Amino acid sequence: MSDRHYEPEPALAATAVGGTVDLGVEEAETPKKRPAGPDGPAPQDRPRSLWSDAWRDLRRNPVFIVSGLVILFLVLIALWPSAIASRSPLDCDLSKAQEGSQAGHPFGFDGQGCDVYTRTVHGARTSVAVGVLATLGVAVLGSVLGALAGFFGGIWDSILSRITDVFFAIPVVLGGLVLLSVITSDTVWPVIGFIVLLGWPQLSRIARGAVITAKQHDYVQAARALGASNSRLMLRHIAPNAVAPVIVVATISLGTYIALEATLSYLGVGLKPPSVSWGIDISAASPYVRNAPHALLWPSGALAITVLAFIMLGDAVRDALDPKLR
Amino acid sequence: MSDNLTLPAQQGSTGASTEALLTVEGLTKHFPIYGGFPIKRKVGAVQAVDDVDLTVGVGESVGLVGESGCGKSTTGRLITRLLEPTGGKITYAGQDITHASRRQMASVRSEIQMIFQDPYSSLNPRQTVGTIIKSPMEVNGIDPAGGREKKVRELLELVGLNPEHYNRFPHEFSGGQRQRIGVARALALNPKLIVADEPVSALDVSIQAQVVNLLQKVQEELGIAFLFIAHDLAVVRHFSQRVAVMYLGKVVEVGDRDSIYNRPRHPYTHALLSAVPEVAMDDETENRERIRLAGDVPSPIMPPSGCRFRTRCWKAQDKCATEEPPLLQISGNREGHLTACHFPEDPSTEARTEDVVLDPALKALEDVEKD
Repeated sequence: MSDRHYEPEPALAATAVGGTVDLGVEEAETPKKRPAGPDGPAPQDRPRSLWSDAWRDLRRNPVFIVSGLVILFLVLIALWPSAIASRSPLDCDLSKAQEGSQAGHPFGFDGQGCDVYTRTVHGARTSVAVGVLATLGVAVLGSVLGALAGFFGGIWDSILSRITDVFFAIPVVLGGLVLLSVITSDTVWPVIGFIVLLGWPQLSRIARGAVITAKQHDYVQAARALGASNSRLMLRHIAPNAVAPVIVVATISLGTYIALEATLSYLGVGLKPPSVSWGIDISAASPYVRNAPHALLWPSGALAITVLAFIMLGDAVRDALDPKLR
Repeated sequence: MSDNLTLPAQQGSTGASTEALLTVEGLTKHFPIYGGFPIKRKVGAVQAVDDVDLTVGVGESVGLVGESGCGKSTTGRLITRLLEPTGGKITYAGQDITHASRRQMASVRSEIQMIFQDPYSSLNPRQTVGTIIKSPMEVNGIDPAGGREKKVRELLELVGLNPEHYNRFPHEFSGGQRQRIGVARALALNPKLIVADEPVSALDVSIQAQVVNLLQKVQEELGIAFLFIAHDLAVVRHFSQRVAVMYLGKVVEVGDRDSIYNRPRHPYTHALLSAVPEVAMDDETENRERIRLAGDVPSPIMPPSGCRFRTRCWKAQDKCATEEPPLLQISGNREGHLTACHFPEDPSTEARTEDVVLDPALKALEDVEKD
């Protein structure tokens, strides 16, 4: 509340210019700005929700601005890679294999003679697609199941909790090696499906906890006492108050899903050539790291920056939505 | 004092001169405790409310007082059917609503409303004040003349808030203002009964009076019956026509306000009243009785046998452990003043010859002071 009434500038200006601050004027003016209600200070004129509070915090957070710009850039090149890399990523010339940086090819060539710059730019699409789609899938599946378990409790909650325990027990990389090696597809869907399959329990736990917390508030009881239906309680009262932690964890997870896709592709069970992916490129370049380190560094660097950007964005969103978690 | 105890002529009469709006008979709520491994089973129960009888007349305000944890709020939530009763019967306007489903309750919902204790938790932080006050009308499909928004503005004005604050969020209001919003929400459907669960105990003392006065105005002008749950005896005295005293899930004494405050019979009521702090410039308070109870309320998981108050009562005898005192009109009581005690106190709050000090540490301290 205090920051809304906080108006230091006029006082500071007065000190700077005149050397004295006429507090009497300040105090005389204040009641006009805040007409006192019967029980204390009346609220300000501008309605503000917690979301607009969060947005106001985010706009001032340099971490958010930097990571947001990086992500915006990534999304743009994922949508229109040809705008900054007009060649085809599959247009390779073996005679130039492992050559270094040269005119028109700032990042050099990889072991197959493909342009590293082009492949790095085009690889962004896979990473962003896997990250965003897997996060959406995880968030929807996990939060719906978790919210239902948290809301209804009892036997459904117990069953779901045991199922999530089972999924938590599956080692991600081992599970990926086993499950994805039997699927032959050159699309991103098997990878996304696998991430959703192993990722939803985390979100469902978060959503379950958030719903249980929100459910106990008196406003939910008040709505129940009015005769509100379960769906109304869920959609109007519980979901809006439980969605913040889900958003936060989903944003942070997005970065790790991108890294997971690269890991699986590196191991040869994620995306497979001729798909273009940073994981594939890192895998292909690693045997030649002594002769052509640039072919490994550029896709690795792009991956690291992307993952870092999403995790930092998640941190910033968390700080804005729930300052207590900091 | 035991010779005073005679059986009353009539039973069940709770002195309600008006027609009964809400009748609660033998209301019981036991919360199961689960334990054990690997399969959890019921190992006990918290006897939060046990065999409570209560009547609220049309337009009457009834106070429900007692220590923390004595089952006051649970009783309120059972009556509004937020909790499912374990036993007993709740009758509202002749209709048995004890186990009514959500659909069966629909017609009654709009007539029984609730005001909550915590003004911060009872308003959805994501909804505007207008949406909050409007939601009772939306849920129950009620369209007042002139539209819902107009009704909301009227309600805001009625509870002393600026109708222009319609589009604001709860966090922009102070505690007292938020409680007024809660009152406006409860009034949105023109209820006949409001269960107010400690509506002022979370508020600053200077604000309490304003909210109590608002509730009293509402009660008198709109003729709404109130079940006013509180642990503040002064507030209840100000607000209620009849008062029921609860201890450990049971009603131990019930009667009209003057009977309870001026002629209490149950030792627990005496102890409660003697604990009310009073501001007096001179030493007038010296002739009030002083009773200091020792220890805490016993666990409602294993309540004492017989009279539940006997473990802390200075008059307890063997009979109290074996026989549960019924809630009766004992001799010397006025009409409708019921007391559940084998050995009731004199109907007075005057000082006795010696203070009752049951807390050994406190007693030792006072003895030192006297020397």
